[in-house]
Amino acid sequence: MTDALPLVGGGLAIAGVLLVLLGAIGVLRFPDVYTRIHAASITDTGGASLMILGLCLIAGLSPITLKLVIAWAFIMVTCPAAAHALANAAFSSGHSPWIGSFRIMRESDEQAAVQTGPQTGPQTGPKKPGPKKPGLQKQ
Amino acid sequence: MSGAISFLDANLAIDLALLAMLVVLAAAIAMTRKLLAAILLMGVYSLVSAVWLVVMDAPDVAFTEAVVGAGVSTIVLLGAILLTRAEAEKTGWGRLIAPALIAVATGALLVYAALDLPSFGDPTSPANAYVGRTYLEVASRDTGAANVVTAVLASYRGFDTLGETTVIFAAGVGVALALGFGERAAPASRLMAGATGDHNVVLRVAAKLLIPIIALFAFYVQFHGDLGPGGGFQAGVILAVAVILHALVFGLRETMTAVKPSFARGVAALGVLLYSGIGVVCIVNGGGFLDYGHLFTAEIEAQIPPGLLGDPGATHHWGQHFGIFFIELGVLFTVAATMVTIFYGFAGRSPGGEAKL
Repeated sequence: MTDALPLVGGGLAIAGVLLVLLGAIGVLRFPDVYTRIHAASITDTGGASLMILGLCLIAGLSPITLKLVIAWAFIMVTCPAAAHALANAAFSSGHSPWIGSFRIMRESDEQAAVQTGPQTGPQTGPKKPGPKKPGLQKQ
Repeated sequence: MSGAISFLDANLAIDLALLAMLVVLAAAIAMTRKLLAAILLMGVYSLVSAVWLVVMDAPDVAFTEAVVGAGVSTIVLLGAILLTRAEAEKTGWGRLIAPALIAVATGALLVYAALDLPSFGDPTSPANAYVGRTYLEVASRDTGAANVVTAVLASYRGFDTLGETTVIFAAGVGVALALGFGERAAPASRLMAGATGDHNVVLRVAAKLLIPIIALFAFYVQFHGDLGPGGGFQAGVILAVAVILHALVFGLRETMTAVKPSFARGVAALGVLLYSGIGVVCIVNGGGFLDYGHLFTAEIEAQIPPGLLGDPGATHHWGQHFGIFFIELGVLFTVAATMVTIFYGFAGRSPGGEAKL
């Protein structure tokens, strides 16, 4: 049993590395900024969590595990917040998603838009014709 | 658990992978004309070199590289980018010939010089055979610091470290002379407002959660420097990062109310004063400059209870303990306050030019 834990931990760490690798591929391959943020943030948080869990199993019950858990908590706060900030900045500066364009909000009517939420305008001139998923359009 | 790959080969593979990444990153930084991308790549470069330094068993240096190179200098450079254009001008190939020749010649000289260096970890190399070995043998007994790097930096080579601290202080003064203290920060400064508005509530909550923890971690690094990697330099930068994060999220005006620019520059000077003051106290008590054995006179030394800091069998002077403690505190003051001053200097300006209020 004690011999198995480091093996399981190593497996989890490798799984985490593969997840991060997938995220890196996603960042390179996905079509627009939002999907890229999606690829980067989820795999970052998930991959790092898997790696830290694996390292915890390898380290066993020790002060190292405590430090790893603290590092994990730090990652769980910072990574999603960073992804949110990135997406928020992209949205504020008027980046359109690949599936179509939001009506870009100007700062003057930002206050009103906060209450009603982002409005999807008519699909005027999407940059690339893509598969339009009806579930993503709010009316 | 011993695999087919021996430990040394695995280390070599990691070294090669990291060095290859560094080469690719350096090429990418040189090639790109987007300054924003170049700055971010430089942060990545610092982070990778920090990882490499950890592999080379130099955690103190790695720590500094990570917090300074990847952390603060990236932010300061981003602050500089806000004031100028984000794209470099196209340079003709003709104008690149002379710089390229100089760079190649310097690189060739460095490679030539590196061929004469002793191999990594060679026990017979001069650095490891004479002075380094002596440090390892006597440092713990002399100073009571378990981390030999701290003992060497703060005690044996305290004068060098005073010089480094002064250099950082001088850098802060230089930036302040060129850009001002940021006190008359332009209302048009793009960092003035911070992340206000309902959009950024997630950021504000996360920052509120993180800033105290970052500051606490800075003090952990500071006071743990005797035992593990860390010390005044790293702790100072981490503390400054907490202030800078506050400025980025809550706006420069709020931060300047909490940590006044005048306070920051005062503390920066105070740190150097504290450091050199400890040296002068040692002279007054009959030793040399920064000779911590003479930090306390014999009467005071006799009054300190023997088990005060947890090692009753200590043979060293208490002056060593307290000397290192105080000069590390001086380094913390100067580094943290100087970083904040430099950040204020950059952040307090608007892209238009002179700050007016």
